[in-house]
Amino acid sequence: MGSYFTAFLVGGLICVVGQLLFDLTPFTPGHILSGFVVAGGILGGLGIYDKLIDFAGAGALLPIASFGNSLAKGAMLEAARTGVVGILTGMFELTSSGITSAIVFSFFMAMFFKPRG
Amino acid sequence: MQVYTEQKKVGKQSVLMGKKVAILAAATVAGPKESLGPLSNFFDRHYEDTILAEKSFERAECRMLEEACYLALGKAGLSPEDMDYYLGGDLLNQVISSTFCARSLAIPYLGIFGACSTLAEGLSLGTMLIQGGFAKYILVATSSHNCSAERQYRYPTEYGFQKPGYSQWTVTGAGAVVLGPAGGKGPRIEAITTGKVVDAGEKDPYALGSAMAPAAADTIYNHFVELKRNPAHYDLILSGDLGGVGKKLNEDILAGKGFDITPYYTDCGVLIYYPHQKVNAGGSGCACIALVFLGYYYQKMLAQELKRVLLVATGALHSPTTFMQRESIPAIAHALSIET
Repeated sequence: MGSYFTAFLVGGLICVVGQLLFDLTPFTPGHILSGFVVAGGILGGLGIYDKLIDFAGAGALLPIASFGNSLAKGAMLEAARTGVVGILTGMFELTSSGITSAIVFSFFMAMFFKPRG
Repeated sequence: MQVYTEQKKVGKQSVLMGKKVAILAAATVAGPKESLGPLSNFFDRHYEDTILAEKSFERAECRMLEEACYLALGKAGLSPEDMDYYLGGDLLNQVISSTFCARSLAIPYLGIFGACSTLAEGLSLGTMLIQGGFAKYILVATSSHNCSAERQYRYPTEYGFQKPGYSQWTVTGAGAVVLGPAGGKGPRIEAITTGKVVDAGEKDPYALGSAMAPAAADTIYNHFVELKRNPAHYDLILSGDLGGVGKKLNEDILAGKGFDITPYYTDCGVLIYYPHQKVNAGGSGCACIALVFLGYYYQKMLAQELKRVLLVATGALHSPTTFMQRESIPAIAHALSIET
Protein backbone atom coordinates (compact mmCIF):
# COMPACT_ATOMS: atom_id res chain seq x y z
CA MET A 1 0.00 0.00 0.00
CA GLY A 2 1.33 3.41 -0.94
CA SER A 3 2.23 6.20 1.41
CA TYR A 4 3.29 9.83 1.03
CA PHE A 5 6.87 8.64 1.23
CA THR A 6 6.65 6.00 -1.52
CA ALA A 7 4.70 8.44 -3.73
CA PHE A 8 7.43 11.06 -3.30
CA LEU A 9 10.18 8.52 -3.88
CA VAL A 10 8.81 6.88 -7.03
CA GLY A 11 7.38 10.08 -8.56
CA GLY A 12 10.68 11.84 -7.87
CA LEU A 13 12.73 9.03 -9.35
CA ILE A 14 10.66 9.01 -12.55
CA CYS A 15 11.29 12.77 -12.86
CA VAL A 16 15.02 12.26 -12.23
CA VAL A 17 15.12 9.79 -15.13
CA GLY A 18 13.40 12.39 -17.33
CA GLN A 19 15.81 15.15 -16.26
CA LEU A 20 18.84 12.91 -16.90
CA LEU A 21 17.53 12.00 -20.36
CA PHE A 22 17.04 15.71 -21.03
CA ASP A 23 20.48 16.76 -19.78
CA LEU A 24 22.64 13.88 -21.01
CA THR A 25 21.08 12.78 -24.30
CA PRO A 26 20.26 14.68 -27.51
CA PHE A 27 16.56 13.75 -27.15
CA THR A 28 14.04 16.60 -27.36
CA PRO A 29 11.17 17.01 -24.87
CA GLY A 30 8.90 15.43 -27.52
CA HIS A 31 11.09 12.34 -27.69
CA ILE A 32 11.25 12.02 -23.92
CA LEU A 33 7.49 12.49 -23.49
CA SER A 34 6.70 9.84 -26.11
CA GLY A 35 9.36 7.58 -24.62
CA PHE A 36 7.68 7.71 -21.21
CA VAL A 37 4.26 6.95 -22.72
CA VAL A 38 5.67 3.94 -24.63
CA ALA A 39 7.58 2.72 -21.56
CA GLY A 40 4.41 3.03 -19.45
CA GLY A 41 2.51 1.09 -22.12
CA ILE A 42 5.04 -1.74 -22.15
CA LEU A 43 5.21 -1.91 -18.35
CA GLY A 44 1.40 -1.79 -18.26
CA GLY A 45 1.13 -4.61 -20.79
CA LEU A 46 3.46 -6.74 -18.66
CA GLY A 47 1.39 -5.95 -15.57
CA ILE A 48 4.29 -4.21 -13.83
CA TYR A 49 2.96 -0.66 -13.83
CA ASP A 50 -0.13 -1.54 -11.78
CA LYS A 51 2.12 -2.95 -9.07
CA LEU A 52 4.05 0.32 -9.11
CA ILE A 53 0.77 2.23 -8.68
CA ASP A 54 -0.15 -0.01 -5.73
CA PHE A 55 3.21 0.77 -4.18
CA ALA A 56 3.48 4.50 -4.95
CA GLY A 57 -0.08 5.77 -5.57
CA ALA A 58 -0.02 9.25 -7.13
CA GLY A 59 3.76 9.00 -7.48
CA ALA A 60 3.15 6.55 -10.34
CA LEU A 61 -0.28 7.79 -11.44
CA LEU A 62 0.69 11.40 -12.19
CA PRO A 63 3.75 11.00 -14.47
CA ILE A 64 2.91 10.63 -18.17
CA ALA A 65 3.99 6.95 -18.14
CA SER A 66 0.69 6.29 -16.38
CA PHE A 67 -1.08 7.47 -19.55
CA GLY A 68 0.74 4.78 -21.56
CA ASN A 69 -0.25 2.24 -18.93
CA SER A 70 -3.92 3.25 -19.24
CA LEU A 71 -3.77 3.01 -23.05
CA ALA A 72 -2.39 -0.52 -22.88
CA LYS A 73 -4.78 -1.62 -20.14
CA GLY A 74 -7.84 -0.22 -21.95
CA ALA A 75 -6.84 -2.04 -25.14
CA MET A 76 -6.20 -5.30 -23.29
CA LEU A 77 -9.45 -5.23 -21.30
CA GLU A 78 -11.58 -4.58 -24.36
CA ALA A 79 -9.65 -7.18 -26.38
CA ALA A 80 -10.39 -9.76 -23.71
CA ARG A 81 -14.09 -8.85 -23.88
CA THR A 82 -14.70 -8.44 -27.64
CA GLY A 83 -11.67 -9.86 -29.44
CA VAL A 84 -9.04 -8.27 -31.69
CA VAL A 85 -11.17 -5.26 -32.62
CA GLY A 86 -11.25 -4.41 -28.93
CA ILE A 87 -7.60 -3.33 -29.18
CA LEU A 88 -8.77 -0.43 -31.35
CA THR A 89 -12.06 0.36 -29.58
CA GLY A 90 -10.67 0.02 -26.05
CA MET A 91 -7.44 1.98 -26.48
CA PHE A 92 -8.91 5.28 -25.24
CA GLU A 93 -11.52 3.80 -22.90
CA LEU A 94 -9.67 4.47 -19.67
CA THR A 95 -8.03 7.68 -20.90
CA SER A 96 -11.05 9.32 -22.51
CA SER A 97 -11.82 11.36 -19.40
CA GLY A 98 -8.30 12.84 -19.46
CA ILE A 99 -8.36 13.56 -23.19
CA THR A 100 -11.86 15.04 -23.09
CA SER A 101 -11.06 17.28 -20.14
CA ALA A 102 -7.89 18.48 -21.89
CA ILE A 103 -9.99 19.52 -24.90
CA VAL A 104 -12.80 21.07 -22.84
CA PHE A 105 -10.52 22.99 -20.49
CA SER A 106 -8.34 24.17 -23.40
CA PHE A 107 -11.47 25.55 -25.03
CA PHE A 108 -12.40 27.54 -21.92
CA MET A 109 -8.83 28.75 -21.42
CA ALA A 110 -8.71 29.94 -25.02
CA MET A 111 -11.98 31.82 -24.44
CA PHE A 112 -10.69 33.74 -21.44
CA PHE A 113 -6.98 34.19 -22.15
CA LYS A 114 -5.02 35.33 -25.19
CA PRO A 115 -1.70 33.49 -25.46
CA ARG A 116 0.77 35.44 -27.59
CA GLY A 117 3.96 33.37 -27.36
CA MET B 1 31.20 51.03 -71.86
CA GLN B 2 33.45 49.87 -69.08
CA VAL B 3 31.35 49.26 -65.99
CA TYR B 4 33.96 47.84 -63.65
CA THR B 5 36.36 50.76 -63.36
CA GLU B 6 37.97 50.86 -59.97
CA GLN B 7 39.51 47.88 -58.24
CA LYS B 8 38.82 48.20 -54.52
CA LYS B 9 38.87 44.51 -53.80
CA VAL B 10 41.79 43.07 -51.88
CA GLY B 11 41.87 39.28 -51.95
CA LYS B 12 38.78 37.15 -52.27
CA GLN B 13 36.63 38.57 -49.49
CA SER B 14 37.86 42.03 -48.56
CA VAL B 15 37.41 45.53 -49.93
CA LEU B 16 39.13 48.74 -48.85
CA MET B 17 36.62 51.60 -48.63
CA GLY B 18 38.98 54.43 -47.70
CA LYS B 19 36.86 56.00 -44.95
CA LYS B 20 34.55 57.86 -47.32
CA VAL B 21 31.31 56.70 -45.69
CA ALA B 22 30.47 57.40 -42.04
CA ILE B 23 27.95 56.29 -39.47
CA LEU B 24 26.27 59.68 -39.05
CA ALA B 25 23.93 58.63 -36.26
CA ALA B 26 22.88 55.53 -34.36
CA ALA B 27 19.97 54.77 -32.04
CA THR B 28 18.91 51.87 -29.87
CA VAL B 29 15.69 50.68 -28.24
CA ALA B 30 15.98 48.07 -25.49
CA GLY B 31 13.60 45.55 -23.96
CA PRO B 32 13.13 44.86 -20.23
CA LYS B 33 15.93 42.38 -19.58
CA GLU B 34 18.39 44.47 -21.60
CA SER B 35 17.34 47.56 -19.64
CA LEU B 36 18.41 45.78 -16.45
CA GLY B 37 21.78 44.80 -17.94
CA PRO B 38 25.16 46.51 -17.41
CA LEU B 39 24.89 48.70 -20.56
CA SER B 40 21.36 49.95 -19.88
CA ASN B 41 22.41 53.62 -19.49
CA PHE B 42 23.75 53.70 -23.05
CA PHE B 43 20.49 52.76 -24.75
CA ASP B 44 18.25 55.54 -26.06
CA ARG B 45 14.89 54.10 -25.07
CA HIS B 46 13.86 51.43 -22.59
CA TYR B 47 10.77 49.28 -22.23
CA GLU B 48 9.69 47.59 -19.01
CA ASP B 49 7.77 44.81 -20.75
CA THR B 50 8.05 42.82 -23.97
CA ILE B 51 4.57 43.48 -25.38
CA LEU B 52 4.53 47.32 -25.44
CA ALA B 53 0.71 47.26 -25.13
CA GLU B 54 0.56 45.86 -28.68
CA LYS B 55 -1.55 42.82 -29.51
CA SER B 56 1.37 40.58 -30.52
CA PHE B 57 5.08 40.25 -29.91
CA GLU B 58 5.63 40.71 -33.65
CA ARG B 59 3.95 44.11 -33.52
CA ALA B 60 5.97 45.00 -30.43
CA GLU B 61 9.20 44.12 -32.26
CA CYS B 62 8.15 46.13 -35.28
CA ARG B 63 7.38 49.15 -33.13
CA MET B 64 10.77 48.99 -31.43
CA LEU B 65 12.34 48.92 -34.89
CA GLU B 66 10.31 51.91 -36.09
CA GLU B 67 11.22 53.86 -32.98
CA ALA B 68 14.93 53.08 -33.43
CA CYS B 69 14.71 54.28 -37.05
CA TYR B 70 13.01 57.56 -36.13
CA LEU B 71 15.42 58.12 -33.23
CA ALA B 72 18.43 57.63 -35.54
CA LEU B 73 16.92 59.92 -38.18
CA GLY B 74 16.25 62.54 -35.48
CA LYS B 75 19.83 62.36 -34.23
CA ALA B 76 21.13 62.78 -37.79
CA GLY B 77 18.79 65.72 -38.31
CA LEU B 78 17.30 64.03 -41.37
CA SER B 79 13.85 62.81 -42.34
CA PRO B 80 12.72 59.59 -44.08
CA GLU B 81 12.42 61.61 -47.32
CA ASP B 82 16.18 62.28 -47.21
CA MET B 83 16.98 58.56 -47.20
CA ASP B 84 17.77 56.96 -50.56
CA TYR B 85 17.43 53.40 -49.28
CA TYR B 86 16.38 51.53 -46.19
CA LEU B 87 18.31 48.28 -45.68
CA GLY B 88 16.82 46.08 -43.01
CA GLY B 89 16.43 42.55 -41.79
CA ASP B 90 15.51 40.54 -38.73
CA LEU B 91 15.06 36.97 -37.55
CA LEU B 92 11.40 36.38 -38.37
CA ASN B 93 10.09 34.57 -41.44
CA GLN B 94 9.91 36.82 -44.53
CA VAL B 95 11.78 39.47 -42.45
CA ILE B 96 8.36 40.80 -41.43
CA SER B 97 9.57 43.20 -38.73
CA SER B 98 11.67 45.10 -41.25
CA THR B 99 9.10 44.86 -44.02
CA PHE B 100 6.29 46.15 -41.81
CA CYS B 101 8.59 48.91 -40.56
CA ALA B 102 9.38 49.82 -44.19
CA ARG B 103 5.63 50.07 -44.81
CA SER B 104 5.39 53.07 -42.50
CA LEU B 105 8.77 54.63 -43.34
CA ALA B 106 8.05 54.78 -47.10
CA ILE B 107 11.74 54.72 -48.05
CA PRO B 108 12.89 52.55 -51.01
CA TYR B 109 13.45 49.29 -49.20
CA LEU B 110 15.84 46.39 -49.66
CA GLY B 111 15.08 43.54 -47.28
CA ILE B 112 18.11 41.47 -46.30
CA PHE B 113 18.57 38.33 -44.26
CA GLY B 114 21.77 37.42 -42.47
CA ALA B 115 20.21 36.28 -39.19
CA CYS B 116 22.22 37.91 -36.38
CA SER B 117 24.81 39.20 -38.87
CA THR B 118 22.20 41.46 -40.48
CA LEU B 119 23.57 44.73 -39.06
CA ALA B 120 27.01 44.13 -40.59
CA GLU B 121 25.47 42.95 -43.86
CA GLY B 122 23.39 46.14 -44.02
CA LEU B 123 26.35 48.38 -43.16
CA SER B 124 28.49 46.65 -45.81
CA LEU B 125 25.88 46.99 -48.56
CA GLY B 126 24.99 50.54 -47.52
CA THR B 127 28.63 51.63 -47.61
CA MET B 128 29.08 50.10 -51.07
CA LEU B 129 25.89 51.75 -52.36
CA ILE B 130 26.94 55.19 -51.16
CA GLN B 131 30.53 54.83 -52.29
CA GLY B 132 29.35 53.51 -55.64
CA GLY B 133 27.48 56.76 -56.10
CA PHE B 134 24.01 55.23 -55.94
CA ALA B 135 22.89 56.89 -52.75
CA LYS B 136 23.74 59.71 -50.38
CA TYR B 137 21.98 58.65 -47.19
CA ILE B 138 21.01 55.13 -46.21
CA LEU B 139 19.08 53.89 -43.21
CA VAL B 140 20.23 50.51 -41.87
CA ALA B 141 18.21 48.87 -39.11
CA THR B 142 17.66 45.54 -37.44
CA SER B 143 15.72 44.07 -34.56
CA SER B 144 15.06 40.89 -32.61
CA HIS B 145 12.55 39.95 -29.94
CA ASN B 146 12.96 37.15 -27.44
CA CYS B 147 9.36 35.98 -27.52
CA SER B 148 8.84 36.13 -31.29
CA ALA B 149 12.19 34.45 -32.04
CA GLU B 150 11.76 31.74 -29.40
CA ARG B 151 8.34 30.87 -30.78
CA GLN B 152 9.58 30.68 -34.34
CA TYR B 153 12.86 28.85 -33.78
CA ARG B 154 12.11 26.79 -30.65
CA TYR B 155 9.00 26.78 -28.45
CA PRO B 156 6.51 29.42 -27.33
CA THR B 157 7.88 31.11 -24.20
CA GLU B 158 4.70 30.20 -22.28
CA TYR B 159 5.71 26.56 -22.61
CA GLY B 160 8.56 27.19 -20.17
CA PHE B 161 11.13 25.03 -21.95
CA GLN B 162 14.32 24.20 -20.02
CA LYS B 163 17.41 25.31 -21.91
CA PRO B 164 20.87 23.79 -21.71
CA GLY B 165 23.73 25.78 -20.15
CA TYR B 166 25.39 26.52 -23.50
CA SER B 167 22.21 28.09 -24.92
CA GLN B 168 21.81 31.85 -25.33
CA TRP B 169 19.06 34.42 -24.71
CA THR B 170 17.65 36.24 -27.74
CA VAL B 171 17.94 39.97 -27.13
CA THR B 172 14.77 42.07 -27.29
CA GLY B 173 15.50 45.40 -28.93
CA ALA B 174 16.28 47.28 -32.10
CA GLY B 175 19.07 49.40 -33.51
CA ALA B 176 19.22 51.80 -36.44
CA VAL B 177 22.01 53.63 -38.23
CA VAL B 178 22.13 56.49 -40.70
CA LEU B 179 24.99 56.08 -43.18
CA GLY B 180 26.15 59.02 -45.23
CA PRO B 181 29.17 60.74 -46.76
CA ALA B 182 31.99 61.17 -44.21
CA GLY B 183 32.58 64.68 -43.00
CA GLY B 184 31.58 65.08 -39.38
CA LYS B 185 32.85 63.16 -36.42
CA GLY B 186 30.98 59.93 -37.15
CA PRO B 187 33.17 56.83 -37.32
CA ARG B 188 33.99 55.77 -40.89
CA ILE B 189 33.90 52.45 -42.67
CA GLU B 190 37.51 51.66 -43.60
CA ALA B 191 37.34 48.09 -44.86
CA ILE B 192 34.80 45.32 -45.31
CA THR B 193 35.37 41.57 -45.25
CA THR B 194 32.32 39.65 -46.42
CA GLY B 195 31.96 36.22 -44.90
CA LYS B 196 31.57 32.87 -46.59
CA VAL B 197 28.99 30.42 -45.29
CA VAL B 198 30.82 28.03 -42.99
CA ASP B 199 29.23 24.83 -41.69
CA ALA B 200 31.12 23.05 -38.95
CA GLY B 201 28.49 20.31 -38.70
CA GLU B 202 26.81 21.50 -35.49
CA LYS B 203 23.23 20.23 -35.35
CA ASP B 204 22.06 21.36 -31.92
CA PRO B 205 19.92 24.51 -32.36
CA TYR B 206 20.84 25.57 -28.81
CA ALA B 207 24.59 25.44 -29.51
CA LEU B 208 24.61 28.50 -31.77
CA GLY B 209 27.84 29.83 -30.23
CA SER B 210 29.78 26.78 -31.35
CA ALA B 211 27.97 26.75 -34.70
CA MET B 212 28.95 30.37 -35.45
CA ALA B 213 32.46 30.53 -33.97
CA PRO B 214 34.13 28.75 -36.95
CA ALA B 215 32.50 31.29 -39.30
CA ALA B 216 33.73 34.20 -37.16
CA ALA B 217 37.24 32.76 -37.02
CA ASP B 218 37.25 32.20 -40.80
CA THR B 219 36.22 35.79 -41.56
CA ILE B 220 38.63 37.32 -39.03
CA TYR B 221 41.49 35.15 -40.30
CA ASN B 222 40.85 36.09 -43.93
CA HIS B 223 40.50 39.75 -42.94
CA PHE B 224 43.96 39.70 -41.34
CA VAL B 225 45.59 37.73 -44.15
CA GLU B 226 44.07 39.61 -47.08
CA LEU B 227 44.68 43.06 -45.60
CA LYS B 228 48.08 42.02 -44.13
CA ARG B 229 47.05 43.01 -40.61
CA ASN B 230 47.31 41.50 -37.16
CA PRO B 231 45.08 41.76 -34.09
CA ALA B 232 47.14 44.63 -32.64
CA HIS B 233 46.01 46.81 -35.58
CA TYR B 234 42.71 47.23 -33.71
CA ASP B 235 41.84 48.79 -30.37
CA LEU B 236 38.90 46.41 -30.22
CA ILE B 237 37.71 43.29 -32.03
CA LEU B 238 34.02 42.88 -31.30
CA SER B 239 32.02 39.81 -32.29
CA GLY B 240 28.24 39.85 -32.38
CA ASP B 241 26.68 37.06 -30.37
CA LEU B 242 29.01 34.11 -29.88
CA GLY B 243 28.36 34.09 -26.14
CA GLY B 244 30.71 32.56 -23.58
CA VAL B 245 31.06 29.22 -25.40
CA GLY B 246 31.54 30.61 -28.92
CA LYS B 247 33.90 33.39 -27.80
CA LYS B 248 36.31 30.89 -26.28
CA LEU B 249 36.06 28.66 -29.36
CA ASN B 250 36.72 31.61 -31.68
CA GLU B 251 39.83 32.57 -29.66
CA ASP B 252 41.07 28.98 -29.74
CA ILE B 253 40.57 28.53 -33.51
CA LEU B 254 42.38 31.80 -34.30
CA ALA B 255 45.18 31.03 -31.83
CA GLY B 256 45.64 27.72 -33.68
CA LYS B 257 46.05 29.71 -36.92
CA GLY B 258 48.62 32.01 -35.35
CA PHE B 259 46.52 35.03 -34.35
CA ASP B 260 46.15 35.74 -30.63
CA ILE B 261 43.15 38.07 -30.55
CA THR B 262 42.38 37.64 -26.84
CA PRO B 263 43.90 40.95 -25.57
CA TYR B 264 41.78 43.01 -28.01
CA TYR B 265 38.72 40.85 -28.21
CA THR B 266 35.29 40.73 -26.63
CA ASP B 267 31.80 39.60 -27.58
CA CYS B 268 28.51 41.50 -27.41
CA GLY B 269 26.64 38.40 -26.19
CA VAL B 270 28.91 38.25 -23.16
CA LEU B 271 28.59 41.97 -22.40
CA ILE B 272 24.87 42.68 -22.68
CA TYR B 273 23.63 40.88 -19.53
CA TYR B 274 24.84 40.36 -15.99
CA PRO B 275 25.65 36.72 -15.19
CA HIS B 276 22.88 36.72 -12.54
CA GLN B 277 20.27 37.44 -15.22
CA LYS B 278 20.09 33.71 -16.00
CA VAL B 279 20.87 33.89 -19.69
CA ASN B 280 23.15 30.83 -19.71
CA ALA B 281 25.97 31.49 -22.23
CA GLY B 282 24.92 35.10 -23.00
CA GLY B 283 22.84 37.12 -25.45
CA SER B 284 22.10 36.48 -29.11
CA GLY B 285 19.91 37.85 -31.88
CA CYS B 286 20.19 40.71 -34.36
CA ALA B 287 19.67 43.26 -31.60
CA CYS B 288 22.58 41.94 -29.53
CA ILE B 289 25.34 43.56 -31.61
CA ALA B 290 23.01 46.46 -32.44
CA LEU B 291 22.52 47.40 -28.78
CA VAL B 292 26.11 46.80 -27.66
CA PHE B 293 27.90 48.36 -30.63
CA LEU B 294 25.48 51.14 -31.50
CA GLY B 295 24.60 51.86 -27.86
CA TYR B 296 27.95 51.57 -26.17
CA TYR B 297 31.01 51.30 -28.44
CA TYR B 298 29.71 53.77 -31.01
CA GLN B 299 29.58 56.40 -28.25
CA LYS B 300 33.14 55.47 -27.26
CA MET B 301 34.26 55.97 -30.85
CA LEU B 302 32.53 59.36 -30.99
CA ALA B 303 34.40 60.29 -27.80
CA GLN B 304 37.66 59.14 -29.47
CA GLU B 305 38.24 56.59 -26.71
CA LEU B 306 38.41 53.92 -29.38
CA LYS B 307 39.93 54.65 -32.78
CA ARG B 308 39.95 51.35 -34.68
CA VAL B 309 37.28 48.72 -34.21
CA LEU B 310 36.81 45.45 -36.10
CA LEU B 311 33.11 44.67 -35.95
CA VAL B 312 32.35 41.01 -36.65
CA ALA B 313 28.65 40.16 -36.74
CA THR B 314 27.84 36.46 -36.74
CA GLY B 315 24.68 34.71 -37.91
CA ALA B 316 23.30 31.17 -37.79
CA LEU B 317 21.50 30.56 -41.07
CA HIS B 318 19.31 27.58 -40.18
CA SER B 319 15.54 27.44 -40.12
CA PRO B 320 13.17 25.45 -37.89
CA THR B 321 12.43 23.26 -40.93
CA THR B 322 16.08 22.41 -41.64
CA PHE B 323 16.57 21.62 -37.95
CA MET B 324 13.66 19.17 -38.00
CA GLN B 325 15.09 17.61 -41.17
CA ARG B 326 18.30 17.05 -39.19
CA GLU B 327 20.42 19.39 -41.31
CA SER B 328 23.47 20.98 -39.70
CA ILE B 329 23.59 24.72 -39.01
CA PRO B 330 25.36 26.90 -41.60
CA ALA B 331 26.83 30.10 -40.20
CA ILE B 332 28.24 33.36 -41.51
CA ALA B 333 30.23 36.31 -40.21
CA HIS B 334 30.74 39.71 -41.80
CA ALA B 335 33.52 42.02 -40.63
CA LEU B 336 33.81 45.79 -40.90
CA SER B 337 36.85 47.84 -39.99
CA ILE B 338 35.50 51.07 -38.53
CA GLU B 339 37.79 54.00 -37.74
CA THR B 340 37.27 57.44 -36.26
